[in-house]
Amino acid sequence: MKTLQKFCAATALAVTALPTMAADVTVEIQNITQGLYFTPIAAVAHTPDTSLFEVGEMASAEIQEMAEGGSLAGITTVATAIGADMLAEPTAGPLAPTEKVAGTFMTTDGNSVLSVVAMILPSNDGFIGLDNWEIPTEVGTYTIYLNAYDAGTEANDELIGSGEPGMPGMPAPPFLTLGTGGSGVASTEANATVHIHPGNIGDDSLTDGASDVTNSIHRWLNPVAKVTVTVN
Amino acid sequence: MLNQFKNKPFRSALLLALPLAISACSDDVREVEVPVEVIVEVPAPEPVPVDVSYEITVTNLTKGQPVSPIAAVLHADDDSIFTVGEVASVELEQLAESGMSEGMLSLGMTSASGTGPILPGENETVTITIQDVTDANLSITAMLGNTNDAFTGLNALDLSTLEVGDTWSGVGRAYDAGTEVNSESAETVPGPAAGGEGYNPNRTDTGYVAMHPGVVSSDDGLSTSVLTVDHKFDNPTVSIVVTRTE
Repeated sequence: MKTLQKFCAATALAVTALPTMAADVTVEIQNITQGLYFTPIAAVAHTPDTSLFEVGEMASAEIQEMAEGGSLAGITTVATAIGADMLAEPTAGPLAPTEKVAGTFMTTDGNSVLSVVAMILPSNDGFIGLDNWEIPTEVGTYTIYLNAYDAGTEANDELIGSGEPGMPGMPAPPFLTLGTGGSGVASTEANATVHIHPGNIGDDSLTDGASDVTNSIHRWLNPVAKVTVTVN
Repeated sequence: MLNQFKNKPFRSALLLALPLAISACSDDVREVEVPVEVIVEVPAPEPVPVDVSYEITVTNLTKGQPVSPIAAVLHADDDSIFTVGEVASVELEQLAESGMSEGMLSLGMTSASGTGPILPGENETVTITIQDVTDANLSITAMLGNTNDAFTGLNALDLSTLEVGDTWSGVGRAYDAGTEVNSESAETVPGPAAGGEGYNPNRTDTGYVAMHPGVVSSDDGLSTSVLTVDHKFDNPTVSIVVTRTE
């Protein structure tokens, strides 16, 4: 993805042969929570008139796929379709609590805003989100703190289930210590639009109770991620 | 930077003519004068130290968490007193588990302590003064008393752009020292909600500093918790106002 976008940027530059507004940008994302994991992260530079998600609006199918199961396939397709520059997390594995990941890319002229998304584990459809943050033109280092959003596409039952879009339950990768036998915290999602996540409820039993997540480990307070953008 | 001028010696080069005995051959000794440069350091006049002072007001925004006496520390920008993702120092562990701030106050270039706990809705102003340094970083730490190892504060605020009379306003979030598991039990929470144990050198939690996930409380499903809904908090937990006064 990164190689492809670099090639596109170089092509555009060669064709226009004009000074470009392209920027050399490094994006570092740190999981600052104590007990949550993030799936592979997409950092996308795109035009201001496009958007990956909007609070108060229905999530796209691609955001749903990312938020419920961690897949970036749909987001990648969208990014390509809108001529965005995309920096997918170079490691395939999860970003453990307090770990960082970073990458550098050359943004194409006109792709002046940055969006960042990744699923939060464990959750039904929680994700970290940065929505159309304007990339400064001045060289420097900038810090942004991200909140946790709820895609509004799945009931927060907090039970081990499926990561497939539209299927109930949470994906349960082996690095998470989850309980079993929960009765389910919620069976419906009252707000079907993207909203600030109300947080996991959890319980203190690994064998029964309402939830399969642990209340003293898998809750959080915002912010959940720190993004450091360096304009080189 | 003012302190660059401190103790900088004047260098004076003096040319001295030193007699040297040069032996040209075994039976012919003659004396010649050879100029030699000698550096003599003359101490510069000691400049009068200039006080740089900051007034720091911390306000407790929580519902029911006493904030322990604050530890404000001025330090160099490459000398952070805590970092998310890194192991807490023993000094931070002591502060976060018990509210004892002596260790934290010993860090950095200089420090200032609050006089007592700041109760919900209340505030305290402390003044911190350093001589000749205008580019220090300010960090503040204080325990949220009714927790296992939660602390609030400020992490390395760069003061270099703050001129005399300037004010910076911000908020402090809740961190978890990662040194004591969040059991919220009566035996382990030292604040007035429980009166349990404070500092314990055994480390029983994740091992790294992170953002605090919040307290669960017995009202919200943690059966071992001595805490109630009165002790729950969200970010931010304190507001912080820093004014450079001289």
